[in-house]
Amino acid sequence: MKSDTITRYILFISSLVVLLVSAGMVFSLVGDAVPVFEKFGWRFIISTDWNPTEGRESYGALPFIAGTLSTSLLALLICLPMAFATSLFIAEYFRTSYVSSVLGTMVDLLAGVPSIVYGLWGFYTLRPVIVSLGLDAQGYGIFTAGLILAIMIIPYATSISSQIIAMVPTELKEAAYSLGATRYEVIKYVVLPNARSGIVASFILAFGRALGETMAVTMLIGNTNIIPTGLFSTGNSMASVIANQFGEADGLKMSALIAIGLLLFVITGIINALGKMVIKRMSR
Amino acid sequence: MGQKNNKKMETLKLKDNSAYRTSKDKVFLVGVIIVSIITISPIVLIIGKLVWEGIGQINFSFFTETTPSTFEAMTAVANNEVIPGGIVNGILGTLLIVGLASVIAIPIGILVGLFLYENQQSRYAGLIRSLSDILQGVPSIVLGLIAYLWVVKNIVHGYSALAGSVALAIMMLPLIIRSTEETMKMIPETLKEAALALGVPYYKVIARVLIPSGFSGLATGILLSVSRILGETAPLMLTTLGNPMVNWDITAPTSAVPLLIWNFYNDPNMLSLIWSSSLFLMGFVLTLNIISKRIVAKI
Repeated sequence: MKSDTITRYILFISSLVVLLVSAGMVFSLVGDAVPVFEKFGWRFIISTDWNPTEGRESYGALPFIAGTLSTSLLALLICLPMAFATSLFIAEYFRTSYVSSVLGTMVDLLAGVPSIVYGLWGFYTLRPVIVSLGLDAQGYGIFTAGLILAIMIIPYATSISSQIIAMVPTELKEAAYSLGATRYEVIKYVVLPNARSGIVASFILAFGRALGETMAVTMLIGNTNIIPTGLFSTGNSMASVIANQFGEADGLKMSALIAIGLLLFVITGIINALGKMVIKRMSR
Repeated sequence: MGQKNNKKMETLKLKDNSAYRTSKDKVFLVGVIIVSIITISPIVLIIGKLVWEGIGQINFSFFTETTPSTFEAMTAVANNEVIPGGIVNGILGTLLIVGLASVIAIPIGILVGLFLYENQQSRYAGLIRSLSDILQGVPSIVLGLIAYLWVVKNIVHGYSALAGSVALAIMMLPLIIRSTEETMKMIPETLKEAALALGVPYYKVIARVLIPSGFSGLATGILLSVSRILGETAPLMLTTLGNPMVNWDITAPTSAVPLLIWNFYNDPNMLSLIWSSSLFLMGFVLTLNIISKRIVAKI
């Protein structure tokens, strides 16, 4: 009897680790971000001025917030049709066939490619293509970064979407077929309405992934501290400014970078919670 | 569209538009197939590029020697030779950092997973489950910042392998917790009850019944989480810094394969080493992925 109590205590204590790590994370980020918020207040979020020169220091995170949101939204936009078509391919059209499992494995492999390899591939393969197509002289910027991000988040969106699409009851689909519906009509009027919230959730979660991606974006976005003005404008994202400027940071600048990390933490937290909520509501 | 169709049906002016409908159906199918092929083409292109550019650099010294200095690489490139040296400091560094992260994360993750499985309904377990979900969504660069604040600034007072391992362990933890709980849920309740009915103490039920019968599930979760952290670069940039020598001291700066790729990328003389290192990293990650899939298929 006594050993059972000890075992239960050990399990309980280990669960405290999760609690402590989460609480400690918020505590440390907030604690170290305080100096910059004290000095600049809300201006830290709405100012576009990023100047680390000693004496005239001024830190505004708006360009990075704009860079993160624009690349991630673009990625979501590109990922939408591709992940949707792929999940229909896997879970509806070729459901039990060999082709579908091959395709599914390849999509899973996409999820396994390290971020830095995506960055290299984007830099040495995608960027020259964009330059030679005449889209942009340098090939850096929001568009290139968004495109690479889209490829990176496709597996996340696809794996959840295809699971949800595969869960649509066969009886419903058969009923529609028996009324003479074509496959396209079955997808449009039966599969989609049934799977809608799950598909939405999968895209929300994929969007959350895109927000925090660092290396690939850093290598392709161009790293200029301005609010992007167009699709091919350069910019900088929250994650990449941390990665780029961390090495030479101390004092107030370090605090500013940590504050950006805190913002990123909060934004991704909200997006992920939203996605999880949609999924939970659906499973009820 | 939907409403228009309904109106037509109501007035019973039915036309035979089945040719239009079937062709629309066909066009959609072709569209789905084409877009799906476009979607998976990057993986083929990426692997192709890595093999094409990187295979020439992979030789025996690639796995046994440390990274060359910029000067050595420059003279080799100037003489059209293969760049000397290898990435053994990165390979061993990755093993050290990932191994240490696993030592931290695997036992805690399994214990927390067991706790959640044992207390399915409790509020507190629900909180832990949500927190672990939140942890899973935290961007890796933020975990790098955290490990910097905790370990680099306050424990080791310098960049270290340990700091990198802490960042990666926090990344692994939620994955292992989730996979342990899911695996335990799949084990028939009766197995556990049978053991408990024989008067087996609870820790023995865990060690002799739950973990062995869920072993393949646990192994899959662990392998997948390791393959997830193997290629992480961003958190290591903020924590382990890099080291041109082989290092086994967990409180000293250490290199890792992804960090070396980043260094090579920033050094124009080392270009050709980028591809071989990436090929190696990618091969490592994909092998782990495939092994874990095999385990799943066997169950």
